[in-house]
Amino acid sequence: MSLDRVAREKLVRALADSVIQHADELTSLDQAIGDGDHGLNMKRGFEAVLATLPGLADKSLPEMLKAIGMTLVMKVGGASGPLVGTFFMELGKALPEQSIRADLVAATAKAIDAVKARGRSEAGQKTLLDVLVPVQVVLAGGGDAKAIAAEAAQAADRTTPMLAIRGRASFLGERSIGHMDPGSRSASLLIGAAVKVLEFEASS
Amino acid sequence: MNSSNSGNVGIVIVSHSPKIAEGAADMVRQMVGSAVPLAWTGGDIDGGLGTNVAGILEAIETAWSPAGVAVLVDLGGAETNSEMAVEMLPEDRRARVVVCNAPVVEGAVIAATESSGGSPLAAVKRSAEEFYA
Repeated sequence: MSLDRVAREKLVRALADSVIQHADELTSLDQAIGDGDHGLNMKRGFEAVLATLPGLADKSLPEMLKAIGMTLVMKVGGASGPLVGTFFMELGKALPEQSIRADLVAATAKAIDAVKARGRSEAGQKTLLDVLVPVQVVLAGGGDAKAIAAEAAQAADRTTPMLAIRGRASFLGERSIGHMDPGSRSASLLIGAAVKVLEFEASS
Repeated sequence: MNSSNSGNVGIVIVSHSPKIAEGAADMVRQMVGSAVPLAWTGGDIDGGLGTNVAGILEAIETAWSPAGVAVLVDLGGAETNSEMAVEMLPEDRRARVVVCNAPVVEGAVIAATESSGGSPLAAVKRSAEEFYA
């Protein structure tokens, strides 16, 4: 997983594009069960990340991830800014400069724990954790890029019948059932974009 | 934003709506007076409804007191962003800022009332949280 500068910039652009291109979709999901600002907030955050290129890609991968996280925390707003930003910041903190897949497995586990603590939440409450947690299991189990992306998409779909327990959608109670969680959708978009660039091969 | 120099616990009001945050601060000033450092913040960075970490950090700085700062928040993201802001403070300040689990308007007035009497941070937080519990 040693990414050179070109690959790092490609990764940043892929992450940002995945969210920016789906901003309207994220907003309409959020209009159904949230306050309708998720697409706009995430778009603003990742546009701010793009604005830190090319310097951003000069940093090492861990430093770059921390910087992305900090930009998202400061620019996204809502509850998503601290949650998604924390994930990137903690991932950067936990990854060594030269990382192998086992490092990424360990670092994603730590980053997910930090998101749980930040949101005082667990998987099963119709939040981005319902994508992060099962995807991390596939990553840890040695799945390739295709398997990881597929799990991310399916995990987001699985939030549709869930009852929201945390976040704004929880105010709706049972009316939150039947709508995909916008935070899960954006997490799956980001994961899909990341693994496409990183081209994970299966490992045993 | 407004503040006052005193050793009393500072109060920060965080709402998705800048109007609510400012209005709650006005109520605190009128009902409690100026013996309490006070600051408010509201809105996302584009000026829409929402909250943002930078604004919250700035408000904590404005209302800073050696006795600490109690933060009153409205919904969801206001709380998450406030907790994030607290974690981003320098280490020596982090333990002296608390986010209260209380209604934003009533909590701010009650917390400020408690603070104006010189109560420590824990008592300020407890008063805000217990009044409507």
